Amino acid sequence: MSTATPSAKAIAKPPAKAVRRSHSSSFLYDEPGPRARRRIRLASVLSVLALLGLLAAALAQFASRGQLDADRWTPFAQWAIWNYLIVGLWGTVKAAAVVAVIASAAGVVLALARLSHQRPVRWVATAWIEIARTLPVLLLIYLMLFGLPAYGINLPLLWKLAMPLAIANSAVVAEIVRAGILSLPRGQAEAGASLGMTRWQVMRHVELPQALRTVTPSLVTQLVSLLKDTSLGYVVAYTELLYRAQVLSAYNRLLIQTFLVVALVYFVCNGSLSYLASRLRVRAGHRSAAGELETTRG
Amino acid sequence: MLLDNLDPLLRALGTTLVVLLVSAAGSLLLGILVTVARVSPVPVLRAAAFGYVQLFVNVPLLALLLLAVFALPDAGLVMPLTTTVIVVLVVYEAAYVAEAVRSGVNSVPPGQVEAARALGFTLTQVLRLVIVPQALRTVVQPLGNVMIALLMNTALAATVGVVELTSAVNKVNLVEAQPIPIFAAAGLVYMAIALAIGLAAGRIEKKVAISR
Repeated sequence: MSTATPSAKAIAKPPAKAVRRSHSSSFLYDEPGPRARRRIRLASVLSVLALLGLLAAALAQFASRGQLDADRWTPFAQWAIWNYLIVGLWGTVKAAAVVAVIASAAGVVLALARLSHQRPVRWVATAWIEIARTLPVLLLIYLMLFGLPAYGINLPLLWKLAMPLAIANSAVVAEIVRAGILSLPRGQAEAGASLGMTRWQVMRHVELPQALRTVTPSLVTQLVSLLKDTSLGYVVAYTELLYRAQVLSAYNRLLIQTFLVVALVYFVCNGSLSYLASRLRVRAGHRSAAGELETTRG
Repeated sequence: MLLDNLDPLLRALGTTLVVLLVSAAGSLLLGILVTVARVSPVPVLRAAAFGYVQLFVNVPLLALLLLAVFALPDAGLVMPLTTTVIVVLVVYEAAYVAEAVRSGVNSVPPGQVEAARALGFTLTQVLRLVIVPQALRTVVQPLGNVMIALLMNTALAATVGVVELTSAVNKVNLVEAQPIPIFAAAGLVYMAIALAIGLAAGRIEKKVAISR
């Protein structure tokens, strides 16, 4: 069985010629002939020219306002500025870590509650998830900042940022985990039940571990979105990257340069996380294929 | 006290809706174009579309808003405030639309494309008549989710000074000091709009879904 399936897969594969392109949508077109290749070359040249033209126009516009002058960029070669920004990055990481821990724990509990057979439990979890998914985080932050202090609730800055984010992300994590549990084959729960396990034991020992493993890539992707959302620390004056950027730009008056540099820092950090997520996804794809083989063998 | 402030609140809700609708239309259009570039046979366009998606998926919307509203005027790029916010929302959400539509493109069975090619369709015809319509039909629900995310992102316009619902509600609260009812009312409005988007997506999906 385990040897038969891969060969069946090999047959189903598109012809090697199309694969050579190693691009997922290569089935859209034939291996180009001489005329098509000429057209593609022409289109390539035209799009390069268009992109370069766009870039040149932007650079010219920047240059005409003196934004490209060396003295506007050289400050960013200084360690002091980076040191200042790195403190902000550390705040970003701290806030993201706090939110990630709370949201994952709450998310798993909410997912289990939404799948519960107890109606009230299910209803409460469903209501929480649906509400938290459709409220703008900024609204919750304003409530924390300007609303709750009227009732004597005045949390530390970190929590004014972290609580709204944790509420929003708990719902997202819950839905991801729930999707993972629902995607498991029925046989998993049935096998557990046939061994005399209770529903809760099946969930804890059989379904949840597998579900968490399959949704890991989605959770890492969610972490990217979470790291981006910590930029709302700008609103609550919590020391994270974007807030530091704003303070820095108020001081050095290099608005464009500072915000571009900070956007680049976000891009590099989140880009690496996104890359990690896509690698995990590829690996999970292989593993789930291998998993299928194992289950069919049994 | 909500009734006393009904006028500014309704006007702010109108701003939220206008920003939502215009950027929804813009991001759908741009997102589809990016997807088409991403599956095109021209390597440069594919790379550019990939870079575009990566850029906007990984940089926070708020950073882009601050850059566009406060920094770019230094380079002489000035637009009306609301227009700037809409442009930023369009280019930001288009990346997510492109991701969603691309997953739809991947769900089109290769046999359909091969059949179209066998009939002598050109790539443009394949894309226009076979791929994009089917891709859009399969991703109605994910696109609905992107639009709900867009709705929530319109609230960020408040941080750069656009008086939309979140910002107006906050202003009313600063005067009335009744945070719980005021914010709860705003929350209900957002939930109602999100629900409407979700229901519309469900209705559209039922109408156009392709069962595979």
